[in-house]
Amino acid sequence: MTNGPQAEQRLEQLREEAWKKGVVPGKGVDVAGGPIPRKPGYYGQPVVKPPVWTWEIPLYFFFGGMAGMSGVIASGAIIFHQVDLARAAMWVAAVGGAVLSPILLIMDLGRPHLFLNMLRVFKHRSAMSMGAWILSAFGACAVPGLIALELHAHQIFPGTLDQLLRVAAGLLIFGSAIFGTLLATYTGVLIGATAIPAWFLHRTLLPIHFGTAGLGSAAAVLELLGHRIPALNFIGFYAAGVETALLVWLSVDKHGAADRAIHDHGSGWLIRIGEVLNGPLALVLRFFAFIPFAAISFLLGALVSRIGWIAVGKVSGADPESVFAAEHY
Amino acid sequence: MIGEGLQSTNQRKHSYVRDHVEVGFFTDPTVCIGCKACEVACKEWNQVPDDGFTWSGNSYDNTGHLGASTWRHVMFLEQDRPKGNQVAGPMSLDQDPFRWVFLSDVCKHCEEAGCLEACPTGSIVRTEVGSVLVQNDVCNGCGYCVVSCPFGVIDRRPEPLHDAGGAFKCTFCYDRQKSGLVPACAKVCPTESIVFGRLDDLRARGAKRVEQLQQSGYKDAQLYDPTETSVRGIHAFFLILGEPEAYGLPPKPQIPTIYLKSAWISAFATAIASIIATLAGFAFFS
Repeated sequence: MTNGPQAEQRLEQLREEAWKKGVVPGKGVDVAGGPIPRKPGYYGQPVVKPPVWTWEIPLYFFFGGMAGMSGVIASGAIIFHQVDLARAAMWVAAVGGAVLSPILLIMDLGRPHLFLNMLRVFKHRSAMSMGAWILSAFGACAVPGLIALELHAHQIFPGTLDQLLRVAAGLLIFGSAIFGTLLATYTGVLIGATAIPAWFLHRTLLPIHFGTAGLGSAAAVLELLGHRIPALNFIGFYAAGVETALLVWLSVDKHGAADRAIHDHGSGWLIRIGEVLNGPLALVLRFFAFIPFAAISFLLGALVSRIGWIAVGKVSGADPESVFAAEHY
Repeated sequence: MIGEGLQSTNQRKHSYVRDHVEVGFFTDPTVCIGCKACEVACKEWNQVPDDGFTWSGNSYDNTGHLGASTWRHVMFLEQDRPKGNQVAGPMSLDQDPFRWVFLSDVCKHCEEAGCLEACPTGSIVRTEVGSVLVQNDVCNGCGYCVVSCPFGVIDRRPEPLHDAGGAFKCTFCYDRQKSGLVPACAKVCPTESIVFGRLDDLRARGAKRVEQLQQSGYKDAQLYDPTETSVRGIHAFFLILGEPEAYGLPPKPQIPTIYLKSAWISAFATAIASIIATLAGFAFFS
């Protein structure tokens, strides 16, 4: 720029703007806050740390929830003598809960080779510790439960041994159901009991959403595997109905700046899109008996909303004003 | 009180670890000169890797915030308020007041520590002197402590830094303390802005210092030690001028375990509802 009154005037203008707003948007360095911070907080630095978790965690929430609730469906199927459905459900439970979930969780660790340290202590006040034990217990029920069920279904062993297998399969499948419901719901507690405002303000909603999305996903995947039965259709209606209610709840339950990551930020749209897919859309599709489409819509929604909740946590944790605003609740 | 030199608790050998005495840091920004000797001493003694040489563009702070590789962080806070009775030079034509505050931030070593409660491996423990310590060889890097700290102190060290993958924070120089030495940052602090000592002594000292400052014109001097919240006080506490928000300190920090009860109730209710819905589905529709 050349010397002259115009250039000097421009500099004066910039100085005025910097002094008044604390920020000069434009070319060059965007000095957010300097020299005197105009917003609450220390120069826009985060107060709490955003989560370091990557894509493995929402995928784990998705598969873990599906596998856990498959254990419940398997139990229902066993009680009402639908052995084929129970076998399929136990396959989903074993593959999702004892293979995919541990792999995803270990991949997300900073030091994967130390994963066994998860079982070093039992801490009921740590949702992560409880989760590690719940997942282990679920795996310890689902895998032998599946094996016993398959051996019994194929009549591999004769007489008394087969009867023993039948009892063992029953007990292990009920075990899968108990630990499975916890596996599908504890993930909501896991992120609800943290210092991230957008998460802890919705700690009641999160386990309901994660658990119900798990139940609906289990029913949906079994329907897609060919088990088109009224019982699964009913579970699909129930899950989509609950998710529709949660969509309404979330849009009413606003906490201003404290959870603005959900309501104002782009990442919040992932949650809402997910909730529409597994809530109202799945409900309508099921109502008109487009069952495969309803199932696919629900599965997509269950996955997208999980991705959304982790994304929202990252935005909320990095936002100092949301932490200060959350203090008032 | 300030500047006891070789007589100060910062320079004396001690046996706090052996005697199981609760110790702490008292950090006083009114005597901090922003030299960053504490940051350097911490990095050198603990062999903490560098975390980039970038200017934040805000103030004179180029460290930003506490993290896996920044265990002491000197804040350079600029405010348009008077610093006690000091008369500052003109910042603009209408001579607004101005002050520059330096404060060395550190892990607070909470009485009820969120990171410690959250750790699923038992890697994070409470030591004999009441500090919170991460046992690096046990930590598997699950990252749950990162979201459980109400102060945003602990973080997972990213690749490709030395010892990447684990969670790191201030150790309160536990290794030095076991040998009767004072934490490196307090040892080097030239103005004794960082004071190390018995926690009860420091709390008394902090209260006295606030009184002294208020009498000499620092009307907004106060202690930052959230004893009224679920954190129940911090072992590394601060004197601050003005509001805690300006220092990036939450006014009412809460330990996340207080949210467990309502979240678990919701989880159990969902579990029971799911079982009932499934059984109802099979009972009435098959």
